[in-house]
Amino acid sequence: MAETPVVLHEHQFIKLKSVLARTCVECAARVVLLVDRDGHPIAFHGDIADLDTTSFSSLAAGNVAATTSMAKLIGENVFPAVVHEGERESIFISVIGRSLLVVVFDERSTLSLVKIRTKKASYEVASILEEIARDSETQRQSETSFFSEITDDDIDSLFS
Amino acid sequence: MTFINYASREINCKIVYYGPGLCGKTTNLQHIYDSTAPQAKGKLISLATETDRTLFFDFMPLELGTVRGFKTRFHLYTVPGQVYYDASRKLILKGVDGVVFVADSQEERMDANLESLYNLEENLQSQGYDLLNIPYVLQLNKRDLPNVVPTDELASELLRKGEPVFEATASQGVGVFDTLKAVAKQVLSELRKG
Ligand SMILES: Nc1nc2c(ncn2[C@@H]2O[C@H](COP(=O)(O)OP(=O)(O)OP(=O)(O)O)[C@@H](O)[C@H]2O)c(=O)[nH]1
Ligand SMILES: [Mg+2]
Repeated sequence: MAETPVVLHEHQFIKLKSVLARTCVECAARVVLLVDRDGHPIAFHGDIADLDTTSFSSLAAGNVAATTSMAKLIGENVFPAVVHEGERESIFISVIGRSLLVVVFDERSTLSLVKIRTKKASYEVASILEEIARDSETQRQSETSFFSEITDDDIDSLFS
Repeated sequence: MTFINYASREINCKIVYYGPGLCGKTTNLQHIYDSTAPQAKGKLISLATETDRTLFFDFMPLELGTVRGFKTRFHLYTVPGQVYYDASRKLILKGVDGVVFVADSQEERMDANLESLYNLEENLQSQGYDLLNIPYVLQLNKRDLPNVVPTDELASELLRKGEPVFEATASQGVGVFDTLKAVAKQVLSELRKG
């Protein structure tokens, strides 16, 4: 295995969701999403409507990956946040370790409000993510991993 | 890296199609997209140039079914094959769970295949991966063309570790799903090993 799989448990998912829900209200945002830096959507809260969260997550991750590389080329280590301001809808992305907190907001909010209000949320998200990373490592080492019980037949049946 | 969500009961894995410019990576994804049921796939996103060359990546999510109650979702990416997009290729490889190398079987692309394969090994290493230890499949594409290198000759140049090899004509869909299945199987088997 290239890297330890990230394992997200129900109770951690609920904690993340509640931080996102509160952040969404505090920022007067349309949607708040948490995305893995590899582009996997983790959780979201808000008015999704017809937003394609899977495509959106992959593009957000690609966007941050590109700007982080640009940062390195000019001698910055990382841009801690990436902002895209549109005529009506805007996007604020805050980089939290291996994850991205993405806030989509419109004219009912402002960039400065979103910046301030996501700060506290970032710390909370970071500490939950650290817990998830620790647990994932423990899970990997435990012999009784759920996935060790997958059989060849289980895998073959996916392709029948 | 594999992402397992117990709350939504989903397993997310990332597969990357690699290979020289114009070898048919995007064509592989396009065929998978065109031949899967709407409920099993998401949008195919292509960040491409005006002339349809991949600029950053193609992306499509694909759901293969459930294993032990978990939905298995594969995120398929292609890299841009053109030599000067190397910075982008490195980024796309981050967090990869399995790689498909698409080789162009035409004689005149032999050097380009070797250069791209070498570039893959190097870029994996710079991320801390080793081609020898990750799920990996070799596809020999464009078998329909007249000027192709014989399969065994191509394989002997490009094989790295006894990986599964598939002949393909991606533009007609031949060999595309066999390739995908082989790499997906390896990724899921890795998960079992833990
Ligand atoms: N004859 C033939 N043509 C193919 C085959 N597969 C792909 N092509 C053609 O090759 C050309 C390039 O294919 P793409 O899929 O765009 O190549 P790519 O690897 O994504 O190229 P980059 O994005 O530049 O890295 C297209 O015109 C395809 O139709 C094949 O099996 N046989
Ligand atoms: Mg392409």
